[in-house]
Amino acid sequence: MVGIVVVSHSERLAESIVDLTKMMADGAHIAAAGGLEDGSFGTSYERIKAAIDQVYSEDGVVVLMDMGSAVMTTEMVLDEYDSAKVRMADAPVVESAVAASVSAMCGSDLEAILEEIEDVKNTPKF
Amino acid sequence: MTDRKKVVEILLAMAKVLEENKEYLTDLDNVIGDGDHGINMARGFAEVEKQADALEQKDIGNILKTVGMTLVSKVGGSSGPLYGTAFMKAGMVIGAKDEIDISDFLSGLETGIEGVKARGRSTTGEKTMLDAMVPALEAMKEKQAAGADTSEILAAGAAAAEEGVEATKPLIATKGRASYLGERSIGHQDPGATSFTLMLKEIAKAY
Repeated sequence: MVGIVVVSHSERLAESIVDLTKMMADGAHIAAAGGLEDGSFGTSYERIKAAIDQVYSEDGVVVLMDMGSAVMTTEMVLDEYDSAKVRMADAPVVESAVAASVSAMCGSDLEAILEEIEDVKNTPKF
Repeated sequence: MTDRKKVVEILLAMAKVLEENKEYLTDLDNVIGDGDHGINMARGFAEVEKQADALEQKDIGNILKTVGMTLVSKVGGSSGPLYGTAFMKAGMVIGAKDEIDISDFLSGLETGIEGVKARGRSTTGEKTMLDAMVPALEAMKEKQAAGADTSEILAAGAAAAEEGVEATKPLIATKGRASYLGERSIGHQDPGATSFTLMLKEIAKAY
């Protein structure tokens, strides 16, 4: 199953997004990488790496980020992985985390999930 | 020439000045950012300080690469990947040397600045650290071409960086957290440009 990682400046925000996905996709391989090691706001290289390792498989991993350093730190972590297997997606984090976890549970491959996230990004809420 | 020991001494001086200016940088960041720049930079360089003895055993390229990795993993804000990339790129271009001169420094800084531009998808005029870095580099290259000595070159760089910080005040931020403020960012100096200037001034003071 494709893994999903949620990167946020906030530990609680990342964990809550992961919890929210369980409403529809309990059992998806999704991990939170929020905040710094001491729980304060920020983005942690180690936490992002640990979260990717936690959900990594040959099927690949999609990483969703909030903003700024979450994006830049993730890019630096990704230098350590096969760029075809661990991919960043540029989209609203909550909606794409839900869509990606449902899709991953249904057996979609990495490319299909990235396309669905792209749809989420282009779908207006009203 | 600058040896490994002196490089580490300068890094320790940077750690000290960033610790002393922690509140100041955080105050600047409170106004137009997320208010963590001073705390983040001080935390990153406090880790560098802890590694000082081990750093001195490495060649200069590896000293800079190690500092870069430390900043990436310990800073926690955008300045981590940005300064981290700058130090790592500078380390790569300087390579396995035990002594460097001003030309090595300037080529390291130039490559580091290119790294910051790429990592931040940014350029000058966007109210970022680049608005101090780029004019400082240009001023130093100009001085070097005119035959100035190391101390004059670095002094010119520090002065240009300070002017660069002033010049960020009227700019509208289009990158980073400050971009959410749009026009409300006008009138405030950029914290990243300020921290770069503090660091470059420590290098200049050492010559």
